[in-house]
Amino acid sequence: MSDTHAQSVAFVRDTEIPPSPPPARETGAIKWVRENLFSGPMNSILTILGLLIAFWLLSGLIPWVVNGTWTGNDIRECREILQGSGGGCFAVVAERWPQLLFGFQYPDYLRWRPSLAFVLLFLAVPPMLFIMFLPRWTLALSAVYPFLAYWLIWGGTILTPIFIALAVLFGYFTFVKIEKRGFVTGLLAGIVAAAAIIWVGGLVAGEFSRFGRLEAVESRAMGGFMLNLILGIVCVSLSIPFGILLALGRQSRLPIVKGFCVVFIEFVRGVPLITLLFVANVVLAYFLPPNANFDLILRVIIMITMFSSAYIAEVIRGGLAALPKGQYEAGDSLGLDYAQSMRLIILPQAMKISIPGIVNVAVGLFKDTTLVSVISMFDLVGMIRGPILSSTDWAGVYWELWAAACILFFTVCYGISQYSQWLERQLRTDHH
Amino acid sequence: MAMTDTNPSAMTVSDEVAIEIKNMNKWYGSFHVLRDIDLTVQRGERIVICGPSGSGKSTLIRCINALEEHQQGSIIVDGTPLSSDLKNIDKIRSEVGMCFQHFNLFPHLTILENCTLAPIWVRKTPKKEAEETAMYFLEKVKIPDQANKYPGQLSGGQQQRVAIARSLCMKPRIMLFDEPTSALDPEMIKEVLDTMIQLAEEGMTMLCVTHEMGFARQVANRVIFMDAGQIVEQNEPESFFLNPQNERTKLFLSQILGH
Repeated sequence: MSDTHAQSVAFVRDTEIPPSPPPARETGAIKWVRENLFSGPMNSILTILGLLIAFWLLSGLIPWVVNGTWTGNDIRECREILQGSGGGCFAVVAERWPQLLFGFQYPDYLRWRPSLAFVLLFLAVPPMLFIMFLPRWTLALSAVYPFLAYWLIWGGTILTPIFIALAVLFGYFTFVKIEKRGFVTGLLAGIVAAAAIIWVGGLVAGEFSRFGRLEAVESRAMGGFMLNLILGIVCVSLSIPFGILLALGRQSRLPIVKGFCVVFIEFVRGVPLITLLFVANVVLAYFLPPNANFDLILRVIIMITMFSSAYIAEVIRGGLAALPKGQYEAGDSLGLDYAQSMRLIILPQAMKISIPGIVNVAVGLFKDTTLVSVISMFDLVGMIRGPILSSTDWAGVYWELWAAACILFFTVCYGISQYSQWLERQLRTDHH
Repeated sequence: MAMTDTNPSAMTVSDEVAIEIKNMNKWYGSFHVLRDIDLTVQRGERIVICGPSGSGKSTLIRCINALEEHQQGSIIVDGTPLSSDLKNIDKIRSEVGMCFQHFNLFPHLTILENCTLAPIWVRKTPKKEAEETAMYFLEKVKIPDQANKYPGQLSGGQQQRVAIARSLCMKPRIMLFDEPTSALDPEMIKEVLDTMIQLAEEGMTMLCVTHEMGFARQVANRVIFMDAGQIVEQNEPESFFLNPQNERTKLFLSQILGH
C-alpha cells in the first residue's frame, strides 16, 4: 500500500489481496487437554471426578465381562465355575439363545425357516432403502418378500400368501382405475376388490391345502426377538402409508374425511398403547362372531399400526406444514392434479423433512413391541421374565439376560438411526 | 434501463379474445378485495398491472388460473369458463403459465426435472421428447448448462428464468407474471426482463404484475392501475405515464418514478 492511500479519503484498489491460509493455531494433544480438561480449578476438579466415576464403572464392568463364563447348564454350575470371581454367568445367554431368539414354542427343527426369512430380509430391505443406487427391478424383491416371509415363518400352503398378494395387487389396480372418479370411491372399490379375492382365495386354499405346503406353525408359537422383529417391521412398514393417508386426510377439504382423521388421530394419541393391546387381546373378541378365528398377532399388529400411524401422521403433518404455500401453488399452476402434486412435489419434500420424526416414532415403536409381554405373549422380554427367569435352572440371573436384551435392541435401533442420518445427507439438494 | 430495442406496434394483437373477465368480485371473509373487475384481453396483448401493495393486483391474476376463487362474476379463459368444475380448472391451468415472485421451483428436483415434470405427467409427453423440449427452452433462457443442477445451487435470476422455462415447457397460450423481479437483486433484474421481452416479441399473451416501469413502457400495449381492489385507470403506456388522469394514479406514479 502506498502512502497516498492512507492520507486521502478517496480510495481505489490497485493491488489484489491474494487469499492466504488462516493463521496457524497451536495444535497438539497437550494443548487440547490443557484447554478442554484443565482450563481452571473447577474444570480440573470435574475432570478428575469424571475419571474416578469412569474408573469405578469400568472396574466393575470389565471383570464381569472378562471373568464371565459361557459354559454351564444352570446357575449352580455357573457359580462353581466362577468361584466368586465377580464374573458374569453368560452361560444362560448361550444355553437359552435359541429361546431368546425364537421363543420356547417354535419347533426347534423348523427354526431354519425364520432364520432364512431373516437372512432374506437383507436382500429385501436394501432396494427400498437404497433405491437411488440400485436398478428399479430390485424393488420386486421387496414386494415379494412379505409374502415369502409369511410363508416361511407360519408355513401352510403357499396358496394363502399368493392369494393375499393377488388381493393387494388387484385392489391396487382397481383403486388406480377408479380413482379418477374420486379418491374415496377408488379406495372403497379397491378394498372391495381385495376382499373378494381374499374370500375366493380362502375357498381355494382350503380346497388345495396340500399345495406347496410347509409344516404350519401357529401364531401362539411365535416368540423371542423374532416376535419383536416381526411386529416392529410389519407395523412400521404399514404405519407409514397409513400415516401419510391420515396426514393428508387431516388437511382435506371434505369435512367427513377430515373429521374422521382428526377424531382417529386424537383418540389414538390420547390412549396408552397398553390399553389398546388389552383391547386387542380381550375386548376385540366380543365384537367378533363366536367361531371367528382372528389371529392374536394380527390383532396386535392392527392395534400397534393404528397407534403408530396416528403418531406418524402428526409427524408428516408437521412436514406438510413446513412447506411453503408456493410449492402447492406451483404444482397447481402447472395443471398437476391433487394426487400428482402430492406424490411428485409435496410428499417427497414433506417426507424428507419428517425423516427424523418418523425414525423417532419407528425406534420407539420397535421398543414398544416389548409391551406385548404384558398380554402374555412371549417376546424377548416375555421370554426372559417368564420361562427363563422362573425356571429353576436360571432363577436369579438378571444382569446377563437383560444386558443381552439391551444389546439386541440397541443393535437394531442404532442401525436404524445411522441409516436415517445417512439418508438425510443423501437427500440434501442445496449446495453440494 | 437499457434493454433490447423493441417496437411495441410491431407486435401483433389479434381480435381473438384470450381472457374475458366480467363483473368479477372477490372477498376474503368480509374484506372486499376485488370490486367489479371488467377486463378483456386480446390474444397477443401484453398488459402490465401496477398499483400500491394490497390493491388486489396479484389476487386478480391469481384468479385467472383459479389459485384464488372468485365469488361473483365470470372469468372465461381461452373460451373455457372458470367454474368450480375441476376439469375446467385443470384445463385452464395447463394452458396458462404462471411465474411467481419467489420462483417456487421444486427444490428436490433438478432443473431439467423441474421442466419435464408437468409435460410428462399432465400432457403425457414421452420422457425423451419432454427433455428435448425442456432443453430447447432452457437454451432460450440461456441456462442449458445448469440443467442437471438443483434450484438451490442457482442464483435468483437464474431460478426465475428456469421458472419461466418451466412454464413454457407446457406450451401455454397465456403467461401470468406475479411480480417476477421483486425478489431479485438489482443486478439480476435485467436478465429476467430480457427473457420476458423476448417472450413478448414472439407474440405471447402476457399479464404482468410489476413495478418495472421501463419494462411497461417498452413492451406493454396497456398499463392498468389498480387501487383498493378496483381498476382505477388503464391506458396505452405513453399516455398512462405522460398524462395520467386519476389523482391516485398521479400520486402513485410520482412516488415510484420520483426517485
